[in-house]
Amino acid sequence: MTTKPLKLRELAKGEDRFTHGHRMCSGCGAPIIVKQVLMATDYPIIASNATGCLEVSTCIQQYTAWKIPWIHSAFENAAATISGVEAMYKSLVKQGKIEDKQVKFIAFGGDGGTYDIGFQSLSGAMERGHDMMYICYDNGAYMNTGIQRSSATPFGANTTTCPAGDIIPGKPQQRKDLTRIMAAHGIPYVAQASPAHWMDLMKKVQKAFEIKGPKFMNVISPCNRGWRSRTDDAIMLSKLAVDTCYWPLYEVENGVLKITVKPKEKKPIVDFLKPQGRFKHLFAPENAAMLLQIQADIDSEWEKLQKLAAFYGTEEKQ
Amino acid sequence: MSKKFWETLPQGSVVLEAGSSAKFKTGTWRSVRPKWIEENCIQCLFCWMYCPDMSVKVNAEGKREDFNYDYCKGCGICALECPGKKGKKAIVMEEEGK
Repeated sequence: MTTKPLKLRELAKGEDRFTHGHRMCSGCGAPIIVKQVLMATDYPIIASNATGCLEVSTCIQQYTAWKIPWIHSAFENAAATISGVEAMYKSLVKQGKIEDKQVKFIAFGGDGGTYDIGFQSLSGAMERGHDMMYICYDNGAYMNTGIQRSSATPFGANTTTCPAGDIIPGKPQQRKDLTRIMAAHGIPYVAQASPAHWMDLMKKVQKAFEIKGPKFMNVISPCNRGWRSRTDDAIMLSKLAVDTCYWPLYEVENGVLKITVKPKEKKPIVDFLKPQGRFKHLFAPENAAMLLQIQADIDSEWEKLQKLAAFYGTEEKQ
Repeated sequence: MSKKFWETLPQGSVVLEAGSSAKFKTGTWRSVRPKWIEENCIQCLFCWMYCPDMSVKVNAEGKREDFNYDYCKGCGICALECPGKKGKKAIVMEEEGK
């Protein structure tokens, strides 16, 4: 199958495979991501979903927003479920019971269902080498159940299970870098994307679908309820996350790291933190050191990433 | 949707109709509504790309038309991301009922 051209006018003429009427909150980032992923390709897609906002609000008894075959079984096993579907499909094709229509398999999971609860099933599916793609929409906490911290919650963020107050100034631990952990599995394709850079995101999806084997993509997904921001700033914040290098856009293809979008001018992290109420306490005078630490951590991570890109010789091709 | 009883529901919570959520209109959630000003529109389609509710209608030529107010939840992403023409936005948010 030829790769679809990514022109807005052409894309807009196509049919949505993820439709309106879903009950995600107003201004949520996740439906934008799902829409962009499904739009990027003409391949038939089968998706599984980990429990989370996306699952509970797109598929409520009798109502589904999906126009593709879609399955949900439990919180921890989105990757195991889709790897089973993929194995069955391969077997049926081999037995000659169905014809091979080049079906692609995707698992969608939130950060809770990917970083924490679904991690062992994800790691297992990647290690077994199933021909599937896992897409994590990372909103940085268990937003569906009321903003509990997850291992994707950034340092210093206020959540209901690490509330900022006299005892602790928000989450005391660092977030874990899942994209790098997945890259360490040695799978053929790992990427990090943002819905604000739709062209970059869709290119990565297209690239991934042409690669056989397990793929992983981590996408930042602003949540105005949990981030305590306005309903209209999902795209603005995901853009700022890239521009401040909080969420660098890169891909690791067969072990070779490449930064796909380099911000023209690296903005201070304060620009990203300021519009979000979950970081409000960091701007109090007694927490000034935390802000400095967040900036220093981001600077050193960005430095490391650029050095890696330089090591692989991919930095000139920007 | 008419009330269904257990005998008539498909087994295993299977939804047999694709995209049936279109029957559930989320437009009633809205408290502010986006207004499209056609003369300021440059047809960049960013509003269409960034709409989380697939509520920007696009015709067969790939040109945008008015909003689909049956589903628009009034988040305002389209108005914020709209580049407009010569500094004038093509989408502005207005309070509902005014």
